[in-house]
Amino acid sequence: MAGLSPPSQAVLTRHAERRKRQESWIRALFSLAGMVSVLVVALIALFLFGQGLGLFGRYGVLDFLAGTAWYPTDDPADFGILALILGSVLVTTVSTLMAVPLGVGSALYLAVVAGGRFKEIVKPAVELLASLPSVVLGFVGMVVLAPLMQQWLDIPTGLNILNASLMLAIMAIPTITSISEDALYAVPRELIEASLALGATRWETTTRVLIPGALSGICTAVILGMSRAMGETMVVLMVAGGAAQIPAVFESFPNFIFDSVRPLPATIAAEMGETPYGSPHYHALFAIGIVLFLITLAFNLVAAWVSRRFQQKGAATL
Amino acid sequence: MINRHSLTVRKLREQVAFGLLRLAMALVLGSLGGILLFVFIQGAGAISWTFLTDVPRDSMTKGGIFPAIVGTFYLTVGALLVALPLGVAAAVYLSEYAREGRLLRLVRLGINNLAGVPSVVFGLFGLALFVVAFKMGVSLAAGSLTLGLLILPTIIGASEEAMRAVPDTYREASYGLGGSRWQTIWRVVLPAAFPGILTGSILSIGRAAGETAPIMFTAATFYTLHLPKSPFAEVMALPYHVYVLATAGTHIEQTRPLQYGTVMVLITLVLSLCLVAIVVRTRLRKKKLW
Repeated sequence: MAGLSPPSQAVLTRHAERRKRQESWIRALFSLAGMVSVLVVALIALFLFGQGLGLFGRYGVLDFLAGTAWYPTDDPADFGILALILGSVLVTTVSTLMAVPLGVGSALYLAVVAGGRFKEIVKPAVELLASLPSVVLGFVGMVVLAPLMQQWLDIPTGLNILNASLMLAIMAIPTITSISEDALYAVPRELIEASLALGATRWETTTRVLIPGALSGICTAVILGMSRAMGETMVVLMVAGGAAQIPAVFESFPNFIFDSVRPLPATIAAEMGETPYGSPHYHALFAIGIVLFLITLAFNLVAAWVSRRFQQKGAATL
Repeated sequence: MINRHSLTVRKLREQVAFGLLRLAMALVLGSLGGILLFVFIQGAGAISWTFLTDVPRDSMTKGGIFPAIVGTFYLTVGALLVALPLGVAAAVYLSEYAREGRLLRLVRLGINNLAGVPSVVFGLFGLALFVVAFKMGVSLAAGSLTLGLLILPTIIGASEEAMRAVPDTYREASYGLGGSRWQTIWRVVLPAAFPGILTGSILSIGRAAGETAPIMFTAATFYTLHLPKSPFAEVMALPYHVYVLATAGTHIEQTRPLQYGTVMVLITLVLSLCLVAIVVRTRLRKKKLW
């Protein structure tokens, strides 16, 4: 300090101040960019509600959610989406039943059974499966699987709940596998070694130490996989058959899986193109968008809550 | 409890269980292999130079898919132009500026939920905001913006991970030389994180190229002879072309070879992008600089 003459000291201070101001501007800019995702989610909600709530001036919320008739172009039109909600719930449930054993099983295989070299080939393959465009799966379900199903099972149409669920399961499996695998790897090594040292076989260690330790992660994986299946559009648009009617789940159990349904995303995608802007039908499709948005939001919030609440913190909480 | 059974039984049980796990993995890999095999065998016959470089002819029963390839290229480049700057900037905030607390939790919640929004809802949003409210019409610009927001969470995630992996000693060395925070980020952190950001970007391009629902009402048209001349023109796109040919044409059976060909081009494009990203990442992990 002693070496600096007063003017240069002043220059330095000014320089430092300018730099400080600049830095705080830059910080503000980046903070703003950080908020963009929150902003976009808020905008999505705003626009969905802005366009979707227009339906409810003329049409009751309960008639919309619990109505069984979807005849949007009739006069007067019916905008009951219960059959569509049920369609979504059914394909999601059936696909989850297929995807969970396969997805979690694959994750367990990778974490417990597979050897190092083989794993390095298999993991990218699972990633490739995740990157398959949904329209391709829809195409395969429609062109390849549907005729086969129709022939082999002797059913009126191959475009049905089972076919759509199979294709959705293929979409959901990579999500479930990769998140479950991360969770399995996060289980502390010493717990597994302790179990093996006590004389348990590797399978016993897996079921009694590894799986309980990774359970919250596995649950998160399953919920996110379900959320993906619920929101997936092209597969259900092309493969689910498109009939807006309530399938006879209980009357013809388990043959209802050969019924054709029209899940929520398929309805939006199929009908938005031919709908005049601002018509009740247009608003109804946005209202379906609200329902879909809220369902997937709920799934994601539950997944986040599960992974936070039941997080495995070291070995102490097992 | 465990020792109720003899060791042989327990070992046997283990073998059976592991066999089932192997079966699960084999089924998953088999479905990937089966799909690829089928599409490539059926599609290979349709691929020709004309198919790749010609416009559709005779109400799309003959000719090629060139406009769809170009359209998909423009859409993905546009999406990346939107998402890359925003995503990297958001990642800089998360990795370099943000402190643990309520705000950060909110931001992370926003990113996770954005990642979970169904693609068709993105389509509705793009329609309401870009096409209608911003008066862009059904256009390349509206589709690119919609796809850009769709891939934003992926880019943010990959970029943040890449920046967090840069060791603090790098930053400390920069501060020690008198570098400011911004100089440190710009000259030290971002260059070191570049390969990771690149990997994330390639993966997101693949995702954007394969998405159909978000562009159905915002950008895509099923038939045009012209390549887009401005950002406000409608475009053809590969995934939408597959959908239209397979479901809406009057000659669905007749155009089957074209459909397989288009699916094959789309799959090749998307999977090779994904493969490149995987290779880049693997190399990166092997020769870690730090």
